[in-house]
Amino acid sequence: MEKKMQATTPSSLASVANGREQRVPGTNLLGTGLETRGVHAWFGKKHVLSDVSLDFAAGTVTALIGPSGCGKSTYLRTLNRMHEFIPTAALAGEVLLDGQDIYAPGTDVTKIRLRVGMVFQKPNPFPSMTIGENVLSGLKLAQLKKSNTDELLESCLVRAGLWSEVKDRLGEHGGALSGGQQQRLCIARSLAVEPQVLLMDEPCSALDPGSTFRIEETISELAKSMTIVIVTHNMQQAARVSDYTAFFLSDGGPGVMVETAPTSKIFSSPTDKRTEDYVTGRFG
Amino acid sequence: MTLLENQPAAIPAPREITTKPRVSDQIFRAVVTVGGMSSLIILGLIALFLSLKGINVLRIEQLSFITESKWEVLQDAEGKIAESTFGLAAMLIGTFLSALIAVIVGVPIAVLSALYLTFYARGSAKKLLVSLIDLMAAFPSLLFGFWGFIVLMGSAEYWAKLLNKYLGFIPLFDVPAPIFERSPFIAGLVLAILIIPIVTAISREIFDQTPLDRIQAAYALGASKLSMIRAVVIPYGRGGVVGGAMLGLGRAMGETVAVYTVLNVVYQINWQILFGAGGNVASLILLKFGEAGPQEVDALMAAGLVLFLLTLIVNAISDILINRFGRRGR
Amino acid sequence: MTQTITPKPQTPWAVTIQQRLSTAGLITLGALLAGVAVKTTGLSGKLGFAAAFFFISTLLIFIQQFRLRDLAAAKDSLLSSLASLAIVLTLIPILSIVATVVSKGYKGIHFGMFTNDMTMASVNDPVNAGGLLHALVGTILMVGGALLVSFPIGLLTALYLTEIRGKLARPIKFLVQAMSGVPSIVAGLFILSILVIPVTQELNGLMGSLALSILMIPTIARTAEEMLLLIPNDLREAGVALGATQWRTVSGVVVPAAKSGLVTAVILGVARIIGETAPILLVSGGADALNFNPATGAMGSLPFYIWKAFLTGGTEEAYSRAWGGMLILLILIVVLFGLARYLSGRKVG
Repeated sequence: MEKKMQATTPSSLASVANGREQRVPGTNLLGTGLETRGVHAWFGKKHVLSDVSLDFAAGTVTALIGPSGCGKSTYLRTLNRMHEFIPTAALAGEVLLDGQDIYAPGTDVTKIRLRVGMVFQKPNPFPSMTIGENVLSGLKLAQLKKSNTDELLESCLVRAGLWSEVKDRLGEHGGALSGGQQQRLCIARSLAVEPQVLLMDEPCSALDPGSTFRIEETISELAKSMTIVIVTHNMQQAARVSDYTAFFLSDGGPGVMVETAPTSKIFSSPTDKRTEDYVTGRFG
Repeated sequence: MTLLENQPAAIPAPREITTKPRVSDQIFRAVVTVGGMSSLIILGLIALFLSLKGINVLRIEQLSFITESKWEVLQDAEGKIAESTFGLAAMLIGTFLSALIAVIVGVPIAVLSALYLTFYARGSAKKLLVSLIDLMAAFPSLLFGFWGFIVLMGSAEYWAKLLNKYLGFIPLFDVPAPIFERSPFIAGLVLAILIIPIVTAISREIFDQTPLDRIQAAYALGASKLSMIRAVVIPYGRGGVVGGAMLGLGRAMGETVAVYTVLNVVYQINWQILFGAGGNVASLILLKFGEAGPQEVDALMAAGLVLFLLTLIVNAISDILINRFGRRGR
Repeated sequence: MTQTITPKPQTPWAVTIQQRLSTAGLITLGALLAGVAVKTTGLSGKLGFAAAFFFISTLLIFIQQFRLRDLAAAKDSLLSSLASLAIVLTLIPILSIVATVVSKGYKGIHFGMFTNDMTMASVNDPVNAGGLLHALVGTILMVGGALLVSFPIGLLTALYLTEIRGKLARPIKFLVQAMSGVPSIVAGLFILSILVIPVTQELNGLMGSLALSILMIPTIARTAEEMLLLIPNDLREAGVALGATQWRTVSGVVVPAAKSGLVTAVILGVARIIGETAPILLVSGGADALNFNPATGAMGSLPFYIWKAFLTGGTEEAYSRAWGGMLILLILIVVLFGLARYLSGRKVG
């Protein structure tokens, strides 16, 4: 796999995507995946996202790319019902998890968030808890009882690629780690509740290239057992980690999803001219 | 190519940049600095003058001023002052008791109200509630005392009787005689109502400042509101909220008229909070002041000094607690 | 590229009418059951009903949440019940106090109030006799005097903290906080000890002003500091970049920009001391006569008027008089507070 810096030409990105080991969805997958149909979003009167229909098959990694301000993060937050925290937020359309609309009346939102986890742009471990407590905090917060917490702790940290670095200091405070380590801690934390989908909102944008590399490796591993949706500004990252890519764009109005395709195709032969302009760097 | 092979040049030391301010600025800075020091000067003067006036009495009584519980001015046959003893202990106990009741009753209500305002109230209802509570913080203590005497007394007496009936086996709630009105309990209740707005306002500000990313992280993990508050808000705001509670404590300790109007200010040690007698240092000063001769005035000054130092310490601790959590960056 | 009709924005997560109704229903049921409990058990009175109502309603909601969702949601409902109880407990005294002052106070008000003083009347006389002119005048004079002292000192303190920010800034900030905790009676004692006893040996309005200013300075200093900090640094930099000295920048740019904020600080300072009773009782004496001279003779004030009527009178008339004075005082405070709110809503300039 080629990992050195390459010029941002679509063909080189495509070859990165192609050169990567093609993924075969594993057998230890949870659920059948996530689908959105005609999702719109508003903040007050402002229409910020228009008619996004996407299908995230189980075991795949989908990257959402596009210039800033075109609604990618807003869209991501509709997938785990974090969008509704903003006081003037409104929504239309359906978000189906295993075929059930997560916005249906009577849905228990905390249960949804256990199944659709999120990793944020800025690492945010809980400073009042130790590393070990941080990883297991999801259990405490959702009041889930698990019998083998030590094993769970270790396996989450292993999957997040952090175990070897912290196994001897699980009692230290979460804030004592470096940025990259903190982000991996946050990933481990979100794994502890065993989600079937993991949403990642520009998880590496605040990190150095070394940490970014390790997290991208983690993403590839995690995709074997769950579905991942990652918002990223970095097209090379999209090429490196994702199976599918969706391109978002806003022309001053609401953001729309212009095109979605397997990653290598979107970089080598995009259907829409706007996509082509973006991936060749003519704007954005 | 060869740039990298050269020895790096020694990094120069930073230059010292100095300016000589203009005369107008020098005067400006001097004036402002002196003005700024005013709080230091005033506090120092308070401590100084109260000590000066009270020193005579303190020298005579020494530590018993605080530990002994007798305050009397004995007059001889001609009405001249024969002998006097001044010991604050009963009033100090009363100060702590009533302030403690105020904190025990008022702080939980205030903190829960602050949680409500920050995490449950929305929109114009929230704004209205916040304004009302902030307004109440501006009410004069005379109003609380007045209202407490006229309106609250009846209900408070009833509650005191209930407490005595069911919990009277605990010495605290027992009474030597069934006189329930104008007791430290009622004074404590009035003080509690007085400090609730202040403690609520401080707690609310602290809860408002809880970092949003941690709150979102908790919710994203499937937390309920209660779990989120326990995991994020409380650890973050703990220090500040305790600081706010101490501020309420300090306020309750120094209250004069609110206690004076409600409590039957009698010079005796009274642990039995439901019984109608007792007082605090501030109300003692107010009570005795009118007819005090010069020596008693000195004693009252000394009492004022004790009160001043007490509230200073409590407020200092509160200040450290409130500001500390901000600096730690938690 | 077909034009789809944009659907209407919805908020499916909002509390539905059904949920509200079911909660209301549970609460009503709680009230009914509480009523039954009061009738049948030993619980009695308002307290018994209120306690039963709260416990039963909370329990009902807990059970409902447990059956609809899970234990975590049920525990969550406990917190929300407690928090709601707390805010109600906080509100009841506020409302009761305001209602009491208004309902009892209006009986103590009459038109002659604002033109008479109490020299010809005693507190037990019918309310139409006498008035509180002397008290109003006294309060205005004493507060005004306190302001004359406190505003410059408070402003200078705030300027030190925001503009000069010298090495002593943190201790001074701490001391300002400490000063705001000084009990009001100690402020009175202090003025007694430093001025009244050694120097003037007279209780008058000026002494009252000075005692009040000790309480006013920290409020003004703190609020002024907050307001000055709101002024963006760009303004200061602009002044300095034009070659102005710090003095000119502060006096010509920063302070004018913070004008409304400083007025807010003054208003809040006035509201802080206008109802203070203890220091006035110690150092201003109490007057029934109109006195325009703060330097001689006892001076009346609103708090003293109320205090005297309440504590020395024993009749209904005296109480009405006291409540009337309290109503006037409360109106003043509410007006001041409203003004301060309005001004701070305008922020800069």
